[in-house]
Amino acid sequence: MTFTEIFALSLGAILTENFIFVKFLGICPFLGVSKKTDTALGMGLAVIFVMTISSAVTYLLDTLVLVRFDIVYMRTIVYILVIAALVQFVEMVLMKLMPALYQALGIYLPLITTNCAVLGAALLNVDKAAENPSFNFLGAVTFGMTGGIGFTLAIVLFASIREKFELADYPKAFEGFPIALVTASLLSIAFMGFQGLKVF
Amino acid sequence: MNKTVQQFKEGLFTNNPVLVQLVGMCATLATSTSLENGLGMGLATTAVLICSNIVISLLRKLIPNKIRIACYILIIASFVTAVDLLLQAFLPDLSDSLGLFIPLIVVNCIILARAESFASKNGVFRSAIDGIAMGLGFTLVMVILGAVREIIGAGTILGVPVFGDGFHPVMLFIMPAGGFLTLGVLIAVFQAIMKKAEKRGNNI
Repeated sequence: MTFTEIFALSLGAILTENFIFVKFLGICPFLGVSKKTDTALGMGLAVIFVMTISSAVTYLLDTLVLVRFDIVYMRTIVYILVIAALVQFVEMVLMKLMPALYQALGIYLPLITTNCAVLGAALLNVDKAAENPSFNFLGAVTFGMTGGIGFTLAIVLFASIREKFELADYPKAFEGFPIALVTASLLSIAFMGFQGLKVF
Repeated sequence: MNKTVQQFKEGLFTNNPVLVQLVGMCATLATSTSLENGLGMGLATTAVLICSNIVISLLRKLIPNKIRIACYILIIASFVTAVDLLLQAFLPDLSDSLGLFIPLIVVNCIILARAESFASKNGVFRSAIDGIAMGLGFTLVMVILGAVREIIGAGTILGVPVFGDGFHPVMLFIMPAGGFLTLGVLIAVFQAIMKKAEKRGNNI
């Protein structure tokens, strides 16, 4: 893949095809772990890490094993197992090295397994490879990582707005999730502005 | 019998997976762009949920506690693969328009949540009923969201135009932003109704 293609892919994953606001992947942690900016950032970093590695591993598995032996119908099962194992690994590393972050992420760390952004990135890599013959390992890793960066950008922006809710005045019925969803809707409209960046 | 009614009431209203438990948001928002998509996704998820609940309930005494989540995911992934292949074979159009979100049923938190909190602790019959009730609760929300977004965003219902030629569809409602907004308002309305019902209950 040429540099231009990699650049276009990264720009797409972060802004024009943002995982949260355009593709609707990873909404559960996006709504669940966005009450505080620093927890949101921690979650974002964990997702970047898991998504980069899982994209790399699943891409290799797909080309080297699944396609070669013609068992692509096993894709969903194989991918989810790889991701589950990876998340378990990240959990053990964080527990040893950064116990504070581990505590802060709490239940949401094992839940990265069921974060559709991670499985979504792995499955989207398959589509991208089918569309573009020059798509390769580097492209898959870039897409996983920049997708994670896009997720982090979205969740940190959202958390910093949500922190202000305590001081805001809005109808009682909107308390809790509804107001968060309406905010996400407005942020999503803002991200629609990036659509014009599709220049490549 | 009473318990079954209670379970359905919980799945559809008082403990609705989307409106109350707030799980499975990705699929809810992404595939409710039209009534047909919403209904299709709701039923596909319901099918997986019923099957996985039954199997997990059957195996609940055999699965070791420490690796239970991995086992659940494996069981769920198998059923999702089956549903995916069936849809590709018999409903290729629906399969195309739901696309990525069919394999993503695996990571729909509704299914794992019911496996963990219900099917792993209850008998087969109760678990099957729970799967049906929760699946229908999810489908209900998908149908409401899909219908509202299709009517406002495209001016049609099941592909048939409902307004005259003068109607300009609000494209925003089919786009992601409209999904967030519609669900936000739907949950707000639901919360308001529940609060009122609670108050009335207290007065009596």
